[in-house]
Amino acid sequence: MALLDVHDLVVEFPTRHGTLTALNGISFAVDKGERLGIVGESGAGKSVAAFAVLNLLTRPGRIAGGSIVFEGRDLTTLSRAQMRGVRGNRISMIFQDPMMTLNPVLTIGTQMVETLKAHRDISDAEAKRIAIQRLGEVKIPSPDKRMASYPHELSGGMRQRVVIAIALLTEPSLIVADEPTTALDVTIQAEIMSLMLALCKSHGVGLILITHDLAVVSQVTQRVVVLYAGRVVESGRTDRVVHNPVHPYTRGLLAALPGEGEPGARLNQIRGNMPSLNAIPSGCPFNPRCDHVLDDCRAALPPLDDLDGHLVRCIRARELMTGRAA
Amino acid sequence: MSGEAAAMAIPPHPASDPARPLVEVRGVVKHFDLGGHFLQRERPTVKAINDVSLTVRRGEAFCLVGESGCGKSTLARIVMGLLTPTAGEIHFDGTRIDGLRHKARMPFHRRMQMIFQNPYASLNPRRTVQQTLEEPLRFHSPALSDAEVKAKVEQVMVSVGNDPSWGNRYPHEFSGGQRQRISIARALMVDPDFVVADEPISALDVSIQAQVLNVMMDTREKLDLTYLFITHDLSVVRHFGTRVGVMYLGTVCELADTATLFENPRHPYTRILLSAIPRVSTEEMQPPGLPGEVPSAMNLPSGCVFHDRCPLANARCSAEVPKPLPQADGTLVACHAVEEGRETPGG
Ligand SMILES: Nc1ncnc2c1ncn2[C@@H]1O[C@H](COP(=O)(O)OP(=O)(O)OP(=O)(O)O)[C@@H](O)[C@H]1O
Ligand SMILES: Nc1ncnc2c1ncn2[C@@H]1O[C@H](COP(=O)(O)OP(=O)(O)OP(=O)(O)O)[C@@H](O)[C@H]1O
Ligand code: SF4
Ligand SMILES: [Mg+2]
Ligand SMILES: [Mg+2]
Repeated sequence: MALLDVHDLVVEFPTRHGTLTALNGISFAVDKGERLGIVGESGAGKSVAAFAVLNLLTRPGRIAGGSIVFEGRDLTTLSRAQMRGVRGNRISMIFQDPMMTLNPVLTIGTQMVETLKAHRDISDAEAKRIAIQRLGEVKIPSPDKRMASYPHELSGGMRQRVVIAIALLTEPSLIVADEPTTALDVTIQAEIMSLMLALCKSHGVGLILITHDLAVVSQVTQRVVVLYAGRVVESGRTDRVVHNPVHPYTRGLLAALPGEGEPGARLNQIRGNMPSLNAIPSGCPFNPRCDHVLDDCRAALPPLDDLDGHLVRCIRARELMTGRAA
Repeated sequence: MSGEAAAMAIPPHPASDPARPLVEVRGVVKHFDLGGHFLQRERPTVKAINDVSLTVRRGEAFCLVGESGCGKSTLARIVMGLLTPTAGEIHFDGTRIDGLRHKARMPFHRRMQMIFQNPYASLNPRRTVQQTLEEPLRFHSPALSDAEVKAKVEQVMVSVGNDPSWGNRYPHEFSGGQRQRISIARALMVDPDFVVADEPISALDVSIQAQVLNVMMDTREKLDLTYLFITHDLSVVRHFGTRVGVMYLGTVCELADTATLFENPRHPYTRILLSAIPRVSTEEMQPPGLPGEVPSAMNLPSGCVFHDRCPLANARCSAEVPKPLPQADGTLVACHAVEEGRETPGG
């Protein structure tokens, strides 16, 4: 059984001008200890997916359909109080801004000890010992001394490492990380992502890594889901998706990366923009931007086709996969 | 009237020697004095730029790279005359321009334009695209007729791939990439020869980044522009740059042709930086092998600013500031280990 099984999830935002559907029936699963990437451009619905899984959608956002089964329980049916027992306990969250997690007026030691004691019946001394050990694991130098530091006394990279240490405190089975290194420098990103990778492996923790960076996803995750305008357009094993992408959107994203082509050559841009939620084209949502579009693409939403475990939402998927599409 | 005629209405640049570097940064130092108490003997000083020299040749896309806080934006603002250097000189097309008074600076204002990171903040939300684009042209060329101004706006909009009919719309009606292309158009309205772009694509999605980079590459070629391009994204540098200056803590540690830098990085910091670029690959992410944290610019390490994190540092490195020394292929490297041909901290 999967650790997390999200099925046909629909998330809506009612507004004065009608209801916006931010996620329109997305499904994905994470096995125990598995690392899953969720990628797509700004506005695709990545963060909404993360917030929905954690039941953290802010009003008026609401889950309007589907199920989120985690460790055998459907989270969409839990009360707020029951959900608090899951979130920050069995599931930990890491945000782009470490200050979403850290309290600026408490030392990191106090925060870690309080978090531990809220979840487990242990002494102060024991909590402190575990906290120091976790800080050491995330490579904070002299962790015993750092316990007395306030968040503002740490660099951005160190703060994010402290957040990872906190995320691991309660021995969760799943970590959801929304753009955890997007605001950081490349060297710090490499430090933190390699650390998260190692810790997920050594602790057997599952990871949902949300990012727009396909390179990071390729080097950290085992499976990936590509979102476009609130729908899954492609998913499968990460190596297959990044080396043999099938959906024209995924191909476009990979081809646009400047690292891929000849220096100085024109980059392959995807024409147009991601549609806003109140103007999603009918049929395939990608059709106005697609180089392979046919009349049928505008007629109906293509189904998510299963090509040997590699899911693609495109009527030309088979042709594209075998290289027969013009 | 044709766009060409409108372009002609702007006086041509004064004759300049094509062999002369367009921009020269000579021994620039910038310290920021922080508040502190006036009775305090030593007020804290941020040593943001420490003796930086470089030249930008005509037609280049010179890239400055380095991690957050290393001084890229500060150096760009000094070049643009938005900040006064604590020491050193800036020369533009043979004229020393740092410290020029307002009036004497005017002709350079037109020739040097800047594009900023945030396309949301850098356009005035209450002005139409047309008004935003007309403003710099009317300011620098007050003699132009309305028709000439309109023709020029249209010509520039087309040259950056924008639809000229966008004119009477407002910035909020555009996507991030479209707004950044409007910012580029604004910079190009006055026919500059030098454009400083400070992280112009960092806030954009990959597919939109590609659009904007393509526009920048096209304009460089078609309009003979020279770019100073600031970024922390090394794959963008590799694609767009002709030469690169790698900065660390207010100094340039390596300066090389782009292809040379990526094939044969020599400074230990450059090597680590290049190895940390994420690539589309099935190899797992590795730690970059860079111990510790970037030291504070208020308390610079002695000797080489990189010595306390460098795998090759020895006693000389903590005592003596390395000078940028030319290598056989023209690359400048400021590193004692490279000078001595060492691959280890020892001999
Ligand atoms: N509170 C809200 N009210 C209305 N619409 C919302 C709300 N929150 C998110 N949305 C919309 O839902 C869509 C998905 O947003 P989401 O934040 O998940 O995007 P994302 O993929 O995380 O993008 P980014 O890369 O910019 O973080 C967007 O169109 C967004 O405007
Ligand atoms: N006005 C100022 N007053 C004091 N310190 C400043 C000021 N402007 C910049 N600094 C400091 O100078 C150093 C260089 O900053 P700068 O903004 O040039 O870095 P950067 O390389 O552009 O970084 P980023 O990639 O984050 O934009 C930093 O330590 C910064 O805190
Ligand atoms: S379904 Fe059609 S429009 Fe959509 S991605 Fe495939 S070919 Fe392109
Ligand atoms: Mg998001
Ligand atoms: Mg900057």
